Amino acid sequence: MDTFSKRKYIIAGIMLGIAAIFVLRLFTIQITNKTYKQFATRNVLRKVITFPARGLIYDRNNELMVYNKAAYDLLVVPREVKPFDTLSLCNIVQLDKKDLIDALNKAKQFSRYKPSIVAGQISPDIYAPLQEKLYKYPGFFVQSRTLREYPSKSAAQVLGFVGEVNQSLIEKDNYYRSGDYIGVTGLEKAYENELRGIKGVNNYMVDVHNRIKGKYNDGISDTTAVLGQNLLTGLHAEVQAYAELLMTNKRGAIVAIEPATGEILVMVSAPSYDPNLLVGRQRSVNYGLLVSDSINKPMWNRAVIGTFPPGSTFKLVNALVALEEHAITPFDRFSCSGKGSSPIKCTHSHVSPIAMREAIRESCNSYFWNLFRSLISHSPTSAEGFEVWRSHVMKFGFGQKVGTELSSEVKGNIPEVAYYDKYFGQKKWTSMTIRSLSIGQGELLITPIQLANMAATIANRGYYITPHLVKAIQDTNRVYRELKYEKKLTGIDAEYYNIVIEGMQAVIEETRLSQSIRMDSVIICGKTGTVQNPHGADHSAFVAFAPKNNPKIAIAVFIQNAGFGATYAAPIAGLIMEKFLTDSISPKRKEIEQRMIETDLMNVIQVNK
Amino acid sequence: MPNRNNVWANIDWITVSIYLAMMFIGWINIYAAVYNEEHKSIFDFSQQYGKQLIWILAAIFIATLMINIDSKFFVAFSFPIYVIILLLLALVPFIGTEINGAKSWIQIGNFLLQPSEFMKMATSLAIARYISSYNFKMHSYKSLLTLAGIIFIPVGLIFLQNDTGSAIVFGVFLLVLYREGLNGIVLFFSFLIALVFIFTMVLDPFVTVLVLTIVAFLINYLIRKKTKRNLIGMGIFAAIYGIFWLINFLVQGNIDPLFFLLTAAVLSSTIFFLWAMLLRKRSLALLIGIYLGSVLFAVSVDHVFDNIMEPHQRARINELLGIQSDLHGAGYHVNQSKIAIGSGGFFGKGFLQGTQTKFDFVPEQSTDFIFCTVGEEWGFLGTTLVIALFMGLLMRLIYLAERNRSKFSRVYGYCVATILFFHFAINIGMTIGLAPVIGIPLPFFSYGGSSLWSFTLLLFVFVRLDASRFEQLSY
Repeated sequence: MDTFSKRKYIIAGIMLGIAAIFVLRLFTIQITNKTYKQFATRNVLRKVITFPARGLIYDRNNELMVYNKAAYDLLVVPREVKPFDTLSLCNIVQLDKKDLIDALNKAKQFSRYKPSIVAGQISPDIYAPLQEKLYKYPGFFVQSRTLREYPSKSAAQVLGFVGEVNQSLIEKDNYYRSGDYIGVTGLEKAYENELRGIKGVNNYMVDVHNRIKGKYNDGISDTTAVLGQNLLTGLHAEVQAYAELLMTNKRGAIVAIEPATGEILVMVSAPSYDPNLLVGRQRSVNYGLLVSDSINKPMWNRAVIGTFPPGSTFKLVNALVALEEHAITPFDRFSCSGKGSSPIKCTHSHVSPIAMREAIRESCNSYFWNLFRSLISHSPTSAEGFEVWRSHVMKFGFGQKVGTELSSEVKGNIPEVAYYDKYFGQKKWTSMTIRSLSIGQGELLITPIQLANMAATIANRGYYITPHLVKAIQDTNRVYRELKYEKKLTGIDAEYYNIVIEGMQAVIEETRLSQSIRMDSVIICGKTGTVQNPHGADHSAFVAFAPKNNPKIAIAVFIQNAGFGATYAAPIAGLIMEKFLTDSISPKRKEIEQRMIETDLMNVIQVNK
Repeated sequence: MPNRNNVWANIDWITVSIYLAMMFIGWINIYAAVYNEEHKSIFDFSQQYGKQLIWILAAIFIATLMINIDSKFFVAFSFPIYVIILLLLALVPFIGTEINGAKSWIQIGNFLLQPSEFMKMATSLAIARYISSYNFKMHSYKSLLTLAGIIFIPVGLIFLQNDTGSAIVFGVFLLVLYREGLNGIVLFFSFLIALVFIFTMVLDPFVTVLVLTIVAFLINYLIRKKTKRNLIGMGIFAAIYGIFWLINFLVQGNIDPLFFLLTAAVLSSTIFFLWAMLLRKRSLALLIGIYLGSVLFAVSVDHVFDNIMEPHQRARINELLGIQSDLHGAGYHVNQSKIAIGSGGFFGKGFLQGTQTKFDFVPEQSTDFIFCTVGEEWGFLGTTLVIALFMGLLMRLIYLAERNRSKFSRVYGYCVATILFFHFAINIGMTIGLAPVIGIPLPFFSYGGSSLWSFTLLLFVFVRLDASRFEQLSY
């Protein structure tokens, strides 16, 4: 019998001991510890996002203003990249080698497992050869996208543009992932939620090489992409383009509104840019150029952010307020000594004394000074009189955002009592002190949209509908949802509007404007304005609406450094109204049209007065 | 009373059943691991699972063949078999084919044979033959040297072929020798060396030496219970260290503190050793000897690791010991393997429902990492069943070995059991992150003809020997 027989127990013990350790270990990793299960899901699960086409934007005649075209992004999952011929990939994608390497490094820093965009917005003609050769570049794949296309090349600042979502927004809103597009400005921004649609998610199982092996959970948790909703705007694409043509080589803004609905027909800010510049692979270069153009500031939408004193166009509001407050009657006459008038000289020579209709026609500064003084002194104190005036003015939408969808809109400025109290001291100021307000100068700051809104209010004889760009949204079932906008009353009697409107008709028909903008078939009512510019040539302003009865269009034109309102702003407004109302320009006005398009007011010498 | 003359009646059918069960389960799991929609049939011979069926049938044929050979043949021809396979092994570098960086395969037609696999059986036969010879005495130098030769010649050859995994397997013969009377101290020291090695890898050598010193003082205290003398000893040690450190500090020297620690260890050990010899305290002298040996071993391992080893070897050891937790680098495979097994849960995801192994997240999923498929698709139930099958087989083998009166059969039986055990321990250990990623297959489970056949040979030679337990095998 061998003496070491008992050692079999030790050997068996070692074996059983190891087995016990294994069972214990398996118990912990298979049953106790849940993280391995999560890792396993994360390993095999790949969410493939399907991007819905962004909603389209139509004008009032169902003409497309913005649609989509196909484009492709080249993405990379750094972990799966194998050494490859960089140069040939660069040639296919038309990318600099340095850019490619930079993009790869950036992708690696972001995540080795998640896809990052290497080259965005590849056009279909580059995509075709790329798709064929893609198998040579493991780790790279292509994702289809849609890009915006702007057929009419106009209304750039109104429509806005889309861009890649930034990091801070990704952190705030978990809808967005790196590389997603989002509306950055204009309508694209304002209606982002409607336009973007809903991304679809397909959950696939992938193997270690990220090759798709099938649907995860038989696709139970998959969602399909929902198309973006379409916007039906009140814009008139053809007139919009025409207005932009007229504003060639000019600085300024045009806003036209349909008075009955508040729909914005035209919104021009000049100088502008071709919205197609901000699409595709040249986007970043072009964007840089546009943003850095500090002279022309093409990205600015002057129609909602530009502010200036309204000049004589504002005399209409002062007249309405004075009539409503019974500070004067339409028949009260004031005398005018022309250039010798005091305290404000009148720049026009006309008969004297005159009543309201003629005063509006002649834009008589003396008359409106007297009217303003009567209004302020109609109340016991200047401050109270001013407060009465101010509360009426505010009801026209001045001094506040008029409420378009554009978030960049500014309030402008209508001074408050406190301002003058602070500046001159309490009770130390009178109508005389603030006399500039009587002719639309002084501390008044208004935007072109507010001015157009004023024209619409007068056309409506006392109310306006909040000016807006989008009138209806078409959902994915092609059903229209009309948007409701608020109606706002000025509280001034329609009868007084008719008195002022008579004056406005006279402006068109009884002054030299009758040569340039009067139409045979339609009665136009308007008012010019010349905005004093201490830095150079005066700015030209003009408001109008037409026809006189049952108005279809109200318009405000503001052109920088263009001198008298009658010279450029009025003819341009006239042409736009004619184009809108009759679809064409009568032969006798072709010559004016030509002159307007060709006039270059960009380089008017800046005179110091 | 069994029929002493009928071989088939004397075969241990429990062993055979477990063997067949393992191969079957292995086959099913290989099917699941490399399952391919385009080749759904498990009998598709273009796929690994189809081929494995052929290997299995061939293995059963080999097993039958072994049982039909007279058991005396194995005894008589152990050395010739050993020599022939050794020669084959030696030829591999010249006529071999390289696969996965290891030139350890010989191609015969369409078949790839790995002589190192068969070397395990041949070496087992040789060891059994040598130990069971009359003039063998476990603790004679001649016998030990011969044994060492039998084991290390093939180990050396296999190492040269870059097949580290297969070479390490031979270390398990230590357990066989232990069973046959090798002093337990050898086993103890092997264990100690492994422990110090791991310590050195995980910790800084300075800390390792410090820990060893503290443990040595602690053991001394536990044996002798002499607080005062222990404290004096510690004082001497600290003083030597302090003096050297102070000198270095004063002369603004730039010497590694490890050096002072080593000096303190060597000097104080010498002092204590002389003192122990003087007082004839042999156990203290032994403790000091072990301590000093461990310290020197630790320092040299550190040196070898940092200056001699190849980076990929370093990475694997680091990975095993959890020093590097780079989940995308060296630790990637182990991590994916753990994910696969861990995601199985208690009941598993079900047959063919595994995603981690099937989608190639786990490397070598049909060969070295076949256990992952078991873990993922059959869960904790499956993994414990596999472990239970192995334990059943190993315990049965030990029982069979012990019931054989022939020393040859017993030693051979232990060789079989320990080789299978080592493969089991390392293979499953690596899939669950408890053993280094050494590419050795899981016996009877992993895909591959060469390994299946070599394990079948290994096992069935023993089954045949056991069937002859009533005969007189010794000569």
